Amino acid sequence: MTVILNEGDSAGTTGAASGSPIDAAPEPDKAMTRGRLVFLRFMRNRLALIGLIIIVAMYLLAFIGPLLTHWSYEDRDYAAFLQPPYADHIFGTDNIGTDMFAQTMRGLQKSLIIGLLVALISTTVAAIVGATAGYFLGVADKALMWVVDLLLVLPSFLIIAILSPWFRGKSWWLLVLMLAAFQWMITARIVRGMTLTLKEREFVKAARFMGQPARRIIAKHIVPNMASLLIIDATINVATAVLAETGLSYFGFGVQSPDVSLGTLIGNAAQSATTFPWLFLFPAGFLVVFVLAVNWVGDGLRDALDPTSTRGRKREKKDTEEKAA
Amino acid sequence: MAGFLLRRLVNYVVLALVATFLAFTLASVTFDPIGVLQQRNPPPPAASIEAKKRDLHLDQPIPERFVTWMSGVVQGDFGRTIADRPITDELGRRVGVSLRLFLLGITLGILFGVLIGVVSAIRQYKFSDYFATLFSFILLSTPVLVLGNLLKIGAQGVNDAIGNNFLIVVGEETPGFQGNWFEHLGDRLQHLIVPTLAIALGQVAYYSRYQRSSMLDVLGSDFLRTAQAKGLTRRKALMKHGLRTALIPMATLFAFGFGLLVVGGTFTERIFTWYGMGDWLVTGISAQDTNITATVTLFIAVCVLFSGWLSDVLYAALDPRIRVN
Repeated sequence: MTVILNEGDSAGTTGAASGSPIDAAPEPDKAMTRGRLVFLRFMRNRLALIGLIIIVAMYLLAFIGPLLTHWSYEDRDYAAFLQPPYADHIFGTDNIGTDMFAQTMRGLQKSLIIGLLVALISTTVAAIVGATAGYFLGVADKALMWVVDLLLVLPSFLIIAILSPWFRGKSWWLLVLMLAAFQWMITARIVRGMTLTLKEREFVKAARFMGQPARRIIAKHIVPNMASLLIIDATINVATAVLAETGLSYFGFGVQSPDVSLGTLIGNAAQSATTFPWLFLFPAGFLVVFVLAVNWVGDGLRDALDPTSTRGRKREKKDTEEKAA
Repeated sequence: MAGFLLRRLVNYVVLALVATFLAFTLASVTFDPIGVLQQRNPPPPAASIEAKKRDLHLDQPIPERFVTWMSGVVQGDFGRTIADRPITDELGRRVGVSLRLFLLGITLGILFGVLIGVVSAIRQYKFSDYFATLFSFILLSTPVLVLGNLLKIGAQGVNDAIGNNFLIVVGEETPGFQGNWFEHLGDRLQHLIVPTLAIALGQVAYYSRYQRSSMLDVLGSDFLRTAQAKGLTRRKALMKHGLRTALIPMATLFAFGFGLLVVGGTFTERIFTWYGMGDWLVTGISAQDTNITATVTLFIAVCVLFSGWLSDVLYAALDPRIRVN
């Protein structure tokens, strides 16, 4: 589910209006490049910053976490079945005595890698296909629009679930490819729309009249001009992919045992969520906090990258309006 | 306008057929019911496997199988499951269970989503706005598979606190419940409350974000000021001119939201042990049953497309320009 949260003006508004670095006089010897401007605009959004820290911390934890405990995710502690959290098993144990901390870290690792890979692949594909379809129009364009329409009727969740018997027992890379294969279409449609306007711009026309091949125009002039959109999209897509993966794994259609992901952990724990809540709450907590952090970052990026965004400034305007009234 | 709606309807019927055909084909290609049968212990005799192959029309090419199945569907016969039970017998009850959940969920979701969005926009940057925004951020980051289980744990807590099993979280009605019509209704409602919340909360969050931003766009517009200048009270101007205009972009969104709802409904049904269409989909795919999968896909496609068509009707009702053309 790609959720576009509009404006995100809720996020970290404390102190956004006053004393932000942008409003301060620019340092004389440092020119304000776009990168620096975007960086500063992002940094003044508190929630986005917190989100970024959470994401980095989670990726680190997913890889360092397994080293923090002497239990591996496959070990069984025959002295502790279904124990609530205590010193040796800080997240408790499940019904076969597996350490839930080791399991959760392992699941987090798998889910986060899948999320990152799917986001990278799907956004790249979306940029290429969308720009090509928008630039050349014609059959490819018609096909793209039609496929997007079809996907609205036939949720990708359903398609991947139907295909799951086919990739069961095979590498998890297949799952990554499947998730990516169904996640790029809606972005591609947005990219197509932007390409339609971009290709009428003077610099693109100039490049064309100078004899640049279409491939080069798309790569050098069209795609870079949509960088903002693509960065935001890739960010949000990480969360979308993680959610899709956990949803499929929950039913056993995604990551397969003996491998674990947050989805399989939550799925296994769901049956006994009321009696043994620690089995459910830890993986679920990691999932929700991660997705929340990604949404905050996506929102902060949208504000930082959008030159017309008026966070903070809008507040000031409203304040003056109220004073005038 | 009738022409416009009729054209859309025809378009939707074609899309539903294509979607079902695709799902049927994918299922036929990936599912291996005979393999599942052969893995049984003791293995069934070769003769019964041959008979099963014939029953499932596995000797025919896939398009022919689809035509056979579809011509049955047109006459109200959805074929038989692998276990050789007619699908039609179970279909009505399952559709009823799912629709009860979906319709209530989407109605509450749209109603409260629009309401909260409008209030947030009118009272922008007030406490209620921040609260609603934070809440919808958290809800949008919580997938149904987590939210549903959390609500289940919460409902159990409430039941324990009041010392009474008021919020029932298993099943859609008490089996063998005796009582008059009114008592039956009460029993159903007790089962409905928590699952409906699980579905509706996400919808409320989703719609309220969009409604808030579309309402904000309208709030600053000239026609609203004109309406007030002509002597309408602010409330009347907002309701008659503001809300109506702000609802137009939402009309398209309602169709998108339904697809989301169907996937969310699958999780809800599994979590609360409702034997509806979503539950059937998971059972069908797990059993590698093509007919069940195709039937559920057809149901989903019809639901999504009907809601798409309804949103077209709503669009036409809200936007007079559509009606003229």
